[in-house]
Amino acid sequence: MTLRSWRSGPVNSLILVLLASMSGLLVLAAGLIIFGYDAPAAFAALWRGAFGSWYALTSATLVRAVPLLLIGGGLTLAFRAGALNIGAEGQFYAGAIAATWIGLHLHGVSPVLAVTLLLLSSALAGALWIALPVLLRLRFGVLEVISTLLLNFVAEALVSLMVQGPLQEARHAYPQSDPIANEARLRFLPGTRLHWGFLLAVFICAALSFLIARTLWGFTLKAAGANPRTARISGRINVSRIIGIALLVSGALAGVAGGMEVGGVSYALYQNLSPGYGFTGIAVALLARLEPLAVIGTAILFAGLETGAGAMQREAGIPSIAVYVVESIIIIIVLLAEVAGRRRPAGVQASTSVLT
Amino acid sequence: MTLALHLADIHKSFGSTQALRGADFSLRAGELHALLGENGAGKSTLMHIAAGLLRQERGEVRIHGQLLSAAAPKEAMRLGVGMVHQHFTSVPAFTVAENVALTARWQVSPQGMRRKVNELNRRFEIDLDPDAIAGQLPLVLLQRLEILKTLATGATVLLLDEPTGSLDEVESHRLLGLMRKLVSQGSAAVLITHKLDEALRFADSLTVLRQGEVTLTGKPAEFTPGLVARAMLGADLVSPLTRPVTTPGEPIVCARDLTVDPVGGNGPGLRNASFTIRAGEIVGVASVQGNGERELLRSLAGLLGPTSGYLTIQGSSGFVPEDRTAEGVISEFTLWENLTLGMSRDAEWIRHGFIDRAQARHATNAIIRQQGIKAENSDVPAGVLSGGNQQKLIIARALLMKPALIIAENPTRGLDVRAALEAGERLVLAARDNVAVIFYSSDLDELLGLCHRLLVLHRGRIHEASVGAGRDGIGRIMLSGAAATS
Repeated sequence: MTLRSWRSGPVNSLILVLLASMSGLLVLAAGLIIFGYDAPAAFAALWRGAFGSWYALTSATLVRAVPLLLIGGGLTLAFRAGALNIGAEGQFYAGAIAATWIGLHLHGVSPVLAVTLLLLSSALAGALWIALPVLLRLRFGVLEVISTLLLNFVAEALVSLMVQGPLQEARHAYPQSDPIANEARLRFLPGTRLHWGFLLAVFICAALSFLIARTLWGFTLKAAGANPRTARISGRINVSRIIGIALLVSGALAGVAGGMEVGGVSYALYQNLSPGYGFTGIAVALLARLEPLAVIGTAILFAGLETGAGAMQREAGIPSIAVYVVESIIIIIVLLAEVAGRRRPAGVQASTSVLT
Repeated sequence: MTLALHLADIHKSFGSTQALRGADFSLRAGELHALLGENGAGKSTLMHIAAGLLRQERGEVRIHGQLLSAAAPKEAMRLGVGMVHQHFTSVPAFTVAENVALTARWQVSPQGMRRKVNELNRRFEIDLDPDAIAGQLPLVLLQRLEILKTLATGATVLLLDEPTGSLDEVESHRLLGLMRKLVSQGSAAVLITHKLDEALRFADSLTVLRQGEVTLTGKPAEFTPGLVARAMLGADLVSPLTRPVTTPGEPIVCARDLTVDPVGGNGPGLRNASFTIRAGEIVGVASVQGNGERELLRSLAGLLGPTSGYLTIQGSSGFVPEDRTAEGVISEFTLWENLTLGMSRDAEWIRHGFIDRAQARHATNAIIRQQGIKAENSDVPAGVLSGGNQQKLIIARALLMKPALIIAENPTRGLDVRAALEAGERLVLAARDNVAVIFYSSDLDELLGLCHRLLVLHRGRIHEASVGAGRDGIGRIMLSGAAATS
């Protein structure tokens, strides 16, 4: 599949995502009823856990949305440039390792500087983690889909190595790091457990959206992704450079996601720190039809589903994995709508809803 | 004697557009019949109806006297009609023999396939290696494979949809020669084309369609080119273009011993070329495809680096690539976006790296009106425009940059008569504005009509020629280099 036609009007997209979400939840309800679960109770728990209270919204759902915002936003940039970064999970871990390492050494530094250093180092680590795939792609034409994907496993192994080796906590009892310095932790927004990284992530998505829609550089990025040959011949665009930069930025943002997770949520590094943020981030970007501003909505939606799933498991005894079925159905429906929309003549497709 | 194909009073509409309004068409056995018309005149629709791919609303189709009762390609095929489509339908990974067997539904061993293909080869003098991989065949042989496949189904009435559209003149003539041999053995063929000279030179009869109606039919000998052109285009005939009278100005391009390696490692590339192009001059590049014309033009456009030699260009240049949809426009981008693509920072609506979209739309709308581009507004995707309108956009974009030099690669390829004339007209206007123009065309008559002088390429070497050398003189250099000319 190419990603170039993955766009449509904002209102149609919104209706489509809402309908797809409803269908996904209906399938979940059907499944629950068939297997004899108490469906209303399960849905009540899902809702309460995700959006049901101020606490659930801010301290669970929005906290979980932060990495999805950063990863999803960054991926829209890469995908729009025609580069398929499937390695955000690995870049997330690279950022988390760097943040932990530097966070452990920041005792006594001023908090502003400490947090800045933490975020910068995680961005750098994320970018470095994707630098090899970028080099392989631009120098030897190795498909970044494969190289970025494979580096995920390397990153996970590296985390495992770190928490049992150089970064293991002082007593060497558990496979995790010591907590990072207080100074390097991101502060909470008043009255919540939500750290201010959320605001930064939302701002970054908005800025990316502006970059893509309103700047010449964003325009050349879209052109490079839509038709690299025309971009090169008629636009005199250095397509390789654009792809390289887009991949590096997406890697850096995934790294920042890892850094923020350590600096604002876990304060330490351990294995399975990410419940698959790097992959959910891909879904979030696709569902947003590669529009960074829409990522704000889809990231919160998926974060809500996943935190609600936890509540559903606790309160109604339904395996939280069920929610991944809902997510998959949403993605499949949106993909199908896209394919159906593409079959129409170009002129019609441009002006009508993909739903009808 | 019954007609090989007879279409009577055919009506067909698509939605609110009437594609055919009572068209008649008669094809005798042993005849090569040219079906001429502008794009959208209804040529392909009429032949699709004959092949059973579309169903007419009124009128009847008879193949060898038998009525085609429904839109049934299989039925039409059984009666002997075979269509050779404009796009290639071969499986690239299969051999020639396998492709033929696939289409003709032969259920034989590989040796059997090879033998049967060789039989066809002999019978129709097609000369294709049965073991060649289809994906590795050059365009011209791929086209022959399409014909071979259709013949293998036992077709006696061949419908060829613009078979020469992507071929240069020499290859086109070879293919049409082949068609002549086929019909001399009793088959009948319809040649859909918009190239007047092909029809007049090779066809036994011709029929002209305009806006779904037959405007002319008969023997080519009975008509002058002007008459046929008027039948195609209607009363508002665009007058044939002539080169502008300009006095060449200062040199814009100076090349000395310019050598450029071949693109993709095939062909001779460009070898030790020395030439000058002056402001206000239209210089044509004539060559059989693959003799270095691509390397010449693309090195001038700055897309290929010279291997050795000197090349200086005074001022900026604008490039019009041959493949409009793959290199000229981004189909899903709007018109204003496609203008932005080519102009980049030089567009007045780009300021400090930001795009003023309102101004971009406004300026693009003005250009659409001024250039006569048929599009609703600047927000239409470029992909919905016809080839001619896309080309107008591309040439206009190149000229908006106020270049000293325009480089156009086969700018009229695939365009119908009117659109080709309009594209040529824009190059002439550019030259009047003192722009140096160099363009390659696979149509020699077009070069002879528009250019002040020619650069003829043969195996990567440049031979300067004046338009006075005429078709035959230029053709001789194209085929055998300068040595044979005198």
